Amino acid sequence: MSVIEVQSISKNFGSLLAVDQLSFRVQQGEVFGFLGQNGSGKSTTIRMLLSLIHPSSGSIQLFGLPLKEHRNELLEKVGAIIERPDLYPYLTAQEHLKLFSRVRKKQITTDDINATLEKVGLSNRSTDKVQTFSLGMKQRLGIGIALVHNPELIILDEPTNGLDPQGIADIRHLIQHLAKEEGKTVFVSSHLLSEIEQVASQILIIHKGKKVAEGATDKLLDPNKTIVHVTTLNDAAALLTIQASSFAGNLLPRKDGIYFMLPKHEIPMLHKEMVGAGISLLSVETKNSLEDYFLQVTSNSN
Amino acid sequence: MWKIISIELYKIYKRPRTYIAFGAIAALIVVIQLGLKIDGESYAGFLMKDINDTLTVDGKVLNGYLICYILLQLLLVHVPLLVALIAADMISGEANLGTLRLIFTTPYSRTQWVMAKFIAASTYTILLLIWLAFLALFVSMWVFGTDDLFLMKSNYVVLIQENDVLWRYVGAFIFASFSLLTVTSLGFLMSSMANNSIGPIVGTMSAIVFFTILSTLNIPLFSIIKPYLFTTHMNNWKEFFDLQVDANNEAIKGSILNVAKIKTSLIVLTVHIGLFVIASVLIVKKKDILS
Repeated sequence: MSVIEVQSISKNFGSLLAVDQLSFRVQQGEVFGFLGQNGSGKSTTIRMLLSLIHPSSGSIQLFGLPLKEHRNELLEKVGAIIERPDLYPYLTAQEHLKLFSRVRKKQITTDDINATLEKVGLSNRSTDKVQTFSLGMKQRLGIGIALVHNPELIILDEPTNGLDPQGIADIRHLIQHLAKEEGKTVFVSSHLLSEIEQVASQILIIHKGKKVAEGATDKLLDPNKTIVHVTTLNDAAALLTIQASSFAGNLLPRKDGIYFMLPKHEIPMLHKEMVGAGISLLSVETKNSLEDYFLQVTSNSN
Repeated sequence: MWKIISIELYKIYKRPRTYIAFGAIAALIVVIQLGLKIDGESYAGFLMKDINDTLTVDGKVLNGYLICYILLQLLLVHVPLLVALIAADMISGEANLGTLRLIFTTPYSRTQWVMAKFIAASTYTILLLIWLAFLALFVSMWVFGTDDLFLMKSNYVVLIQENDVLWRYVGAFIFASFSLLTVTSLGFLMSSMANNSIGPIVGTMSAIVFFTILSTLNIPLFSIIKPYLFTTHMNNWKEFFDLQVDANNEAIKGSILNVAKIKTSLIVLTVHIGLFVIASVLIVKKKDILS
């Protein structure tokens, strides 16, 4: 079942087209990675999913129902954190969770609130006012508010903002736990592409409000299309030798170094041939990451 | 709906800014009461100097009822500023904080949230007025005692018997609640249009000053619109302290000189409250939350 189904949504702010005919589906139990550069329309899209922004055209369905007509009923099943963790500075972490528990139809007990605080690592600061919190702690509390009512769909916009490496790892594990152990659907956007790469099963990349790539993470990061960056003592001389070799067809036309695209298992052969041709290698680096793919598809669409 | 009203009330209760108005009112009233307690007789002599030759007034002129009247005349002009501090911050303050995103992604409609916020802001306004009434009336009665209320109007004097005063204050405070709720709803409307608190607070006060000037200017052009301006009606609580007189020019106990004026003012203020709130709901419903 599609938990999110977006059909041809667009959003104009005056003459600015922030989102352009965007369509996608998110299936139940998926971790869906939503990528795009700053200003690409990610947050506008997420705000439209949460009915904070009205689409100029197109339709959004959550859990098979149109968001416009069933807003309140559908938002009961959604937990979200949007961009910055903006909270009430004069309330404590516990008071925030109590407050946002009250707006839910579900009975949320003090035990549930304490468990949520434990889950996001704030149980030792639960009675402190938010004005004393660091950005990372506010982010954790924001995630706690999104999770306290045990929603079926969790929308996380830049959830690792302001977190230290340990905090980022904790959030990664939390997302994996929510999807695998609790069967939640998680829609997550982040500028930390390596994080998305590690948690998302599906990826959508948008650029200038338009979809530029979509698919399963493992298919987008095809092992047969590994990018290899080679550094040598003399790149100009090395290039001449390579152009006469059997790997000439794998060369990528880039000005910032010597790059190949080839299946991963051919890397040892490339290495061997180049050493055999007398090229002094400094390094051979594989760059088959989401970041490369992301840069590739977004630069193609520029 | 009660749940989100209680959330809004809780937020007002927990916010330090809430207590500024209560503190300011208390400080002002205590200072004035203290001044009148120490030097009240000379103040009363100053008030009576024009009529001392023609009229002899027995009893305690400077009693709790007169003190309350003086306080209301002074304070009801300034309380709107204190009301605007909270009302004009209700929506814009949350937009500025970024928390509007949090509340508008809960399973309650924007209309419900706006109404809950208005009810909470109105509750605050009423509590502020009750606080004002407690300090200005009951504390004054306790400190200065009670007697007949002697008021000097522009070209006549009014003497209200001691046992005919208290209900008039109840009426005056109820009327004042409509005046202040009009300010609350105006602040609320300004708040729905902005993403920071300063603009709506200044805007509300500017609108009150602007329309008050129009209400008081005796230019024929403005006379056409004057009856429809809320500022023309906000100070009509004083009508509770004008009495009808009989054929012998004796005040009729329990009477009000111009009941129709009070009714008209209440209708105009209520219509303004309704229009301001409806406009706020429509604006917030259509708004894209970008903060």
